[in-house]
Amino acid sequence: MAIEFPRIPLGQWIEGGLNWLTSEYSMVTRGISRFTQTGINGLNEGLMWLPEWALMAVIAMLCWRMAGMRLAIGAVAGLALIWNLGLWNPMIESLTLVVIATLVAVVIALPVGIAAALSERLYRTIMPVLDFMQTMPAFVYLIPAIPFFGIGSVSAIFATVIFSMPPAIRFTTLGIRQVPKELIEAADAFGSTRRQKLLKVQLPLSLPTIMAGINQTIMLALSMVVIAAMIGADGLGNEVWRAIQRLRPGDGFEAGIAVVILAMLLDRLTQSFRKERKQS
Amino acid sequence: MSETRPVKIKVRGLSKVFGSQPKKALELRDQGLKRSAILDKTSQTLGLSNIGFDVYEGELLVIMGLSGSGKSTLIRCLNRLIEPSEGEIVIDGENIPELSDKSLLECRRRHFSMVFQNFALFPHRTVQQNAEYGLEIRNVDKDERRQAARNALKQVGLEGWEDAYPNQLSGGMQQRVGLARALANDSSVLLMDEAFSALDPLIRKDMQQELLELQHRMKKTTVFITHDLDEALSIGDRIILLKDGEIVQIGTPEEILTAPADEYVERFIEGVDMSRILTARSAMRPVRATAREDDGPRTVLRKMSENGLDSIYVTNRERRLLGLVEGEVADRAVKDGQQGIASLIHQDFPCVSPDEPLHNLFAMFSGKSFPIAVVDYDKRLLGVVVKGAVLAQLAESGEH
Repeated sequence: MAIEFPRIPLGQWIEGGLNWLTSEYSMVTRGISRFTQTGINGLNEGLMWLPEWALMAVIAMLCWRMAGMRLAIGAVAGLALIWNLGLWNPMIESLTLVVIATLVAVVIALPVGIAAALSERLYRTIMPVLDFMQTMPAFVYLIPAIPFFGIGSVSAIFATVIFSMPPAIRFTTLGIRQVPKELIEAADAFGSTRRQKLLKVQLPLSLPTIMAGINQTIMLALSMVVIAAMIGADGLGNEVWRAIQRLRPGDGFEAGIAVVILAMLLDRLTQSFRKERKQS
Repeated sequence: MSETRPVKIKVRGLSKVFGSQPKKALELRDQGLKRSAILDKTSQTLGLSNIGFDVYEGELLVIMGLSGSGKSTLIRCLNRLIEPSEGEIVIDGENIPELSDKSLLECRRRHFSMVFQNFALFPHRTVQQNAEYGLEIRNVDKDERRQAARNALKQVGLEGWEDAYPNQLSGGMQQRVGLARALANDSSVLLMDEAFSALDPLIRKDMQQELLELQHRMKKTTVFITHDLDEALSIGDRIILLKDGEIVQIGTPEEILTAPADEYVERFIEGVDMSRILTARSAMRPVRATAREDDGPRTVLRKMSENGLDSIYVTNRERRLLGLVEGEVADRAVKDGQQGIASLIHQDFPCVSPDEPLHNLFAMFSGKSFPIAVVDYDKRLLGVVVKGAVLAQLAESGEH
């Protein structure tokens, strides 16, 4: 006879916890929500206030300075195509979400990554958490985001930050741990304090690796921002989402190509930043 | 005689156990167990056992041993890059193992500068910024540290390279930066961990020479680690031989070569070119007889015949060497009825300092073979070297 083993109500527990969090901290979440929304709106308006050609010129200059003429030309061509397809404003909205989510992610990830590099115990606690954050299907984060921050872009940023933060933490930790032992020893031998060691040796030497992590974070953020259209985030994802609902593959691909252009641009730009750092 | 020099670092009963139960390992050591037995029983590695020595002010002390002998551990215990398990290391009255973290930082800044085998230069800093590092972390004023770094770079011959990055320099030059970084700090002790081992043989010889010159100029107390006996013998004022975490012998290069403490040291020194290492002092004999400046020719002749000499060195009351009188000349002077010997003295004889390497002495025995006079810096006659003695000395040390 089979023994009846009760199903563990894991989902109920989590929901209970989330409900509790939502009701207890509604003040906090509402505050965060309002603050973030203001940031999003401000950045959006600022970027849209600029005429399209002006923003293109700024981006082209940046590409030229950081990575050379080829990227600058590619950037102008890509952005011109987006403009021509009428996807300029959704593109700006996506860019804003990526920029803000990345900023938040990096601001959290850097200190956490540094701490994990310096403390073996923290390292061991944090790594499984990061695994969890990265392997949990991205959509799942969208669900609790809604009760916290409501439908819209703030929820999108919340989910994006969680999803895109792990590489920045991992690479920061890795970069600091990779600093050759001899250099740490040399810094110690001359009587460096921990702070001096970190600021003068460990961080400068791990900067290329940290930049690689930030690059990864940006890429993940972009992919998540598109998915976040499902919970009402604006931007290119929204265009794709609409195309799916209306079964218009042409529109979908247009928006998709715009995402690809934006991704390549962001990727090359941040990679060039990393290379430049390495040379100096 | 060297034992009366002021002691800079005093090391006593220093031991280091790698592992989680150092107490247990040290107990077994005290019961007379050896390193390998302790490892088998407790899986603790006895890195250093009961090390005791002094580092004298201004000397270049070489700690020499093969890999696994504990020499790297030893030098790192001095500034506590590795925590010693027991023992004391006293520098200027401070016992380093007992220092608090803060005092240790201060102690490292004031007393120790280290030069590393693989240079350990900071790749993101220029040569100048590397040299400034030690002063920078002590918050020394910008102009002052810039000046100190420039001086140090000048000392090691790197003027004009201030703005280069380490990866633009050759190995030898990189190690000069390492040396400059240590010198700029102006700490009282220089720790050199296999500093020249990663360099090409030729560049290595150059660096050894330069270190000797620097050391001569600055009289910096230096502890130098090496696994290379030739290097140890050619730069060390004194050498500590380390084996399996214990001291086998402490002595000057000559003492180690001429009186190896045991078979291990003997095996070690096989194949060393003795004539390069041994100096006139080791082959020198006391002078059997000297003439005084106020002796007459007859007295001089008698002193020679009593001691079976063909020629005799003349000294004044302070034993300062005045010259040499040959037997035939003295004989003729007696027959001619001359009174003093002042007119008989000539200066045409070989004369060296006690530190002259033996291989330089061979050439001096050509022609009329007078014994070579060994004099100190005041021209006082310390002894003589005769041809046979050089060969005998070489043969004797070659036997081992």
